[in-house]
Amino acid sequence: MTSFPWLTVIGVVPLVGAAILAALPASVADRAKHIALGVSGVTLVLAVAGALQFRAGSGQQFQLVEKHQWIPQFGVSYALGVDGIALVMILMAVILTPVCILAAWNDVPEGGSREKNYFALLLVLETFMVGVFAATDVFLFYILFEAMLIPVYFLIGSYGGPRRQYAAMKFLLYSLAGGLIMLVAVIALYQYGPGGTDGFLVERLTGLKLGATPERLMFLGFFVAFAIKAPMWPVHTWLPDAATESSPATAVLLVGVLDKVGTFGMIRFCLQLFPEASKWATPVVIVLAVISVLYGALLAIGQTDMMRLIAYTSVSHFGFIVLGIFAMTTVGGAGSTLYMLNHGFSTAALFLIAAMLIARRGSKRIPDYGGWQKVTPALAGVFLFAGMASLALPGLGPFVSEFLVLVGTFQRYRAAAVIATFGIILAALYILLMYKRMMGGPKPELSAPVLDLSVREKLVVAPLIAAFLFLGFYPKPVLDVLNPAVATTLQKVGVHDPAPTLAADGSSK
Amino acid sequence: MTSLATLAAAQGNVPAATGITAYAWLLVALPLLGAAVLLFGGRVTDAWGPYFAVAMSWAAFVVGLLIWLVMLGRPGGERAADLHLFSWVPAGSFKVDAGMLVDQLSLAFVLLVTFVGSLIHVYSLGYMAHDPDKRRFFGYLNLFVAAMLLLVLANSYLLLYVGWEGVGLASYLLIGFWSQNPSYATAGNKAFIANRVGDFGLSVAIMIMFVTFGAVDFQSVDAGASHANGAAVTAMGLMLLLGACGKSAQFPLQSWLGDAMAGPTPVSALIHAATMVTAGVYLVVRSHAIFDASPGAQLAVVIVGAITLLFGAVVGCAKDDIKKALAASTMSQIGYMMLAAGLGPVGYAFAIFHLLTHGFFKAGMFLGAGSVMHGMNDQVDMRRFGGLSTVMKVTWVTFGLGWLAIIGFPGLSGYWSKDKIIESAFVGDGWHAWVFGLAAMIGAGITAFYMSRLFFMTFQGERRWTDDVHPHESPLTMTVPMVVLAVGSALLGVAIGPTGIIQSWLEPVVGTHPEHEHTVLPALAITLLTLLLVAAGIALAWMRYWRDAVPTMAPAGSLLTQAARHDLYQDEVNEGLLMRPGIHLTRSLVFADNRGVDGAVGGLAALVGGTSSRVRRLQNGFARSYALTMLAGVVVFLGALWVIQ
Repeated sequence: MTSFPWLTVIGVVPLVGAAILAALPASVADRAKHIALGVSGVTLVLAVAGALQFRAGSGQQFQLVEKHQWIPQFGVSYALGVDGIALVMILMAVILTPVCILAAWNDVPEGGSREKNYFALLLVLETFMVGVFAATDVFLFYILFEAMLIPVYFLIGSYGGPRRQYAAMKFLLYSLAGGLIMLVAVIALYQYGPGGTDGFLVERLTGLKLGATPERLMFLGFFVAFAIKAPMWPVHTWLPDAATESSPATAVLLVGVLDKVGTFGMIRFCLQLFPEASKWATPVVIVLAVISVLYGALLAIGQTDMMRLIAYTSVSHFGFIVLGIFAMTTVGGAGSTLYMLNHGFSTAALFLIAAMLIARRGSKRIPDYGGWQKVTPALAGVFLFAGMASLALPGLGPFVSEFLVLVGTFQRYRAAAVIATFGIILAALYILLMYKRMMGGPKPELSAPVLDLSVREKLVVAPLIAAFLFLGFYPKPVLDVLNPAVATTLQKVGVHDPAPTLAADGSSK
Repeated sequence: MTSLATLAAAQGNVPAATGITAYAWLLVALPLLGAAVLLFGGRVTDAWGPYFAVAMSWAAFVVGLLIWLVMLGRPGGERAADLHLFSWVPAGSFKVDAGMLVDQLSLAFVLLVTFVGSLIHVYSLGYMAHDPDKRRFFGYLNLFVAAMLLLVLANSYLLLYVGWEGVGLASYLLIGFWSQNPSYATAGNKAFIANRVGDFGLSVAIMIMFVTFGAVDFQSVDAGASHANGAAVTAMGLMLLLGACGKSAQFPLQSWLGDAMAGPTPVSALIHAATMVTAGVYLVVRSHAIFDASPGAQLAVVIVGAITLLFGAVVGCAKDDIKKALAASTMSQIGYMMLAAGLGPVGYAFAIFHLLTHGFFKAGMFLGAGSVMHGMNDQVDMRRFGGLSTVMKVTWVTFGLGWLAIIGFPGLSGYWSKDKIIESAFVGDGWHAWVFGLAAMIGAGITAFYMSRLFFMTFQGERRWTDDVHPHESPLTMTVPMVVLAVGSALLGVAIGPTGIIQSWLEPVVGTHPEHEHTVLPALAITLLTLLLVAAGIALAWMRYWRDAVPTMAPAGSLLTQAARHDLYQDEVNEGLLMRPGIHLTRSLVFADNRGVDGAVGGLAALVGGTSSRVRRLQNGFARSYALTMLAGVVVFLGALWVIQ
């Protein structure tokens, strides 16, 4: 164990960066993005250094632990720590932030203080993203969960598209509604807990004897908030609006990282704090997850707006993640948590490459394209690459996680797994139809010459493609970190994997 | 609990690879390197890229050849080797290692894929010489070879799946290679999506394997199959068959193959004739333990094979597009292989035998078709060919050997391999033997008709060329591969068929080949009847397409001809049953999502969904309403808890 407060430092560095940006005099405001990129780079280095201190399978649930009293009267502590799942989520957040900043280089063309604030908000968001995954105090988690909304609200509302106000408000209202229900459950949970000056710590609230009905109500309080955040059908409708109206970088961090707090919360809080209620709710959640898988995919097929299409694919993918979580098998759990990472990269790639096309063509509408394979062959190539990752082509990261989710689900819920497998056919449809409409066909007549991928854009895309290939062919290092955390979770729920039928009933014919 | 481990041990574990076999990973790595260099290397590789790709493909062939030579030096039972690569997906109780199974079956494919593949690489140097996107083309070709070799070398179903979809990707990319033509891009999509329907089956099959055996590698599945629950094994078999139908264009997932001819002709030869489309046959033979344990699944395979072989043959009779006629023929020939594979131990070796000979003669004929198109300004309508035998001598002779091979002319490759399948189909008693035997036999007659029709319309009779063409023989880079494949078409069959080499080579993999099985007709009668039907088919084609003049406009034709021209209305069926309902469903869901779901969720969205003024009002009172809602929520919830306690 180390006494160095890794998690605090990783969280605070971007916040300091944001403060520097905010205080930047107008004369050097045009350096804001360079500073932001530098700060997020430093954060990434620190996070990698911190991650190297992590020992997978050490037997301890949380590592890199920090614990200080904060509001002892209410039992609130400043407590941070990570298990394998949280560590992977934090790494994803700090990898995606510099990628997004680089992609957002020209998002605010007018420059000046508006540009400076934009990058400052992205850094503030990074702080909250690190914090929310690192918090091991339920109340601290709740505060960060709600605080995340602030930078996102401004990022959408001030830097978005024509209907940004509407989208920002819709996003905020949905999130607040979920957050409030959760707050009630948080307070109730404290009432049932041991109390004391550290009564909000996760480990203090685990394994409580709550009684069936209160446990179920509290489970619902948390679950609804996380389902909205995730987002699951039928509370998904804020996502397409938010995704299409926000700037691409915001959309990536929103869909790729923030929404993972929902599925992360289901594992950390729903399953571990309310195991019996989780089992009670499982049939309904499985059904909702399967609906999300198919519904999101069908809706994606029907979209004409690229950004909305990508948002709906995420509804489908989140359906898979929730499915694997509530299958409650080691395979499904490993699949879901790995999926959370893969989806971060695949969605980022789709959003950011789509944005590169939009920047050239000036339209999000798919029918406004056609023949662009001939205009920008390299851009078309990486777009297809990202699409193949999204449809879970074997050999790329998302395949491994999607398949694990399906296998893990099949162990317990045959029908749900088979129905969800239809999602792989629909995924081929939404990606390939979009690609064909945009890239196929004769070369269009364009008034001005269009350049192919720039060096900056290549730098944005390269790490994402590397991640797809690495996680597709050698996901072991990540799975080794995730497996113990999943096992701990399932142990707390008290479930065991079903044994293979052949081994179970001997040589039955 | 230990039953599986003991079962595997009883079968004897495959020994670890040593010597050159330990470098089997190079088979995949070399072409993959070629693909990576060409696709990521950018324009700097334009000049030398294609040659690099050709070199990588030949290098893989050399590695395969060396492994084969080493294998030949060992007795049959000790030829297989397992090459462990790395721990790939260790997730909870699901643990899959990446590894290769180098045995007689996989090596037969390795040699076919790398040899025919390399020849087609060479041919493409000539065929694609003037294409501005040549580098991308060769990158995709290398990608295909790498994926195909991964498919056949994988030691588990999960790793096979990577190669399986990898070849699908390469196929998609190459069908849509000239995507400036929107219908070509659509053809690529159709192929990928039909394959995904098949992959649904493969996915579910792997899931059933895992819950049944706790493992998805070939060794564990082979060892456990005969001991597992019958329903589970049948389900596995049927789901694997669905996967095979997608990849091998078998009924009912056959509709993509004809459209796939949109790809450049070397691609049609390599991917959509010689190798990728036969992967379904490989899958069934590789999974022989599952099918041996489930007569129901075997019967399904035979039925699919029989339907497809007749379906393809009928369609082939009516096509005027030379490539589409060849594609229908490919479908039909794979139907033969599928049928053989479904017959069990009596058919496995012949399925692979026909697959190998077909790989040579069909690839050869596609290259010949490409050579004709090359000389005829990319014309594909056979009604505009005719009399080419005098101006394209090499193409004529090599294509002729392929034609004689496929119709089963005595002595040539197809005669040995197809005749064995027909004979095997007659094995057994009762209606099975009669129905499938006769289907295979009649199919042979139709094959003779449509292939002779194709050959006569193209090379014989009077010239029906359009005015602007000046046909000429193709360059050496194209004709040399054609000659090599033609030699294979002629001699491969006699070399490994009547000598019994193919049966004994595959015996350690698929089990002992039963000799002298009882057939419902004597073997000699089967051979003679088949030859009679073949002769009748040739004669009919000769009368209609050589002796009589061929009209340049297709005549109206009978109802059957019209149906065959429309691929027996396969697209109309798919559109009516799947596509149009799907479009309606999607559209109504999009409508409902914007109106219904969005509006119904707690009235929240409706609150903001209206006018901007309403939004503004909400914003103004925000802090208060926040606090108020929060308070109300807390009160209600705590009240509820208090009441319950």
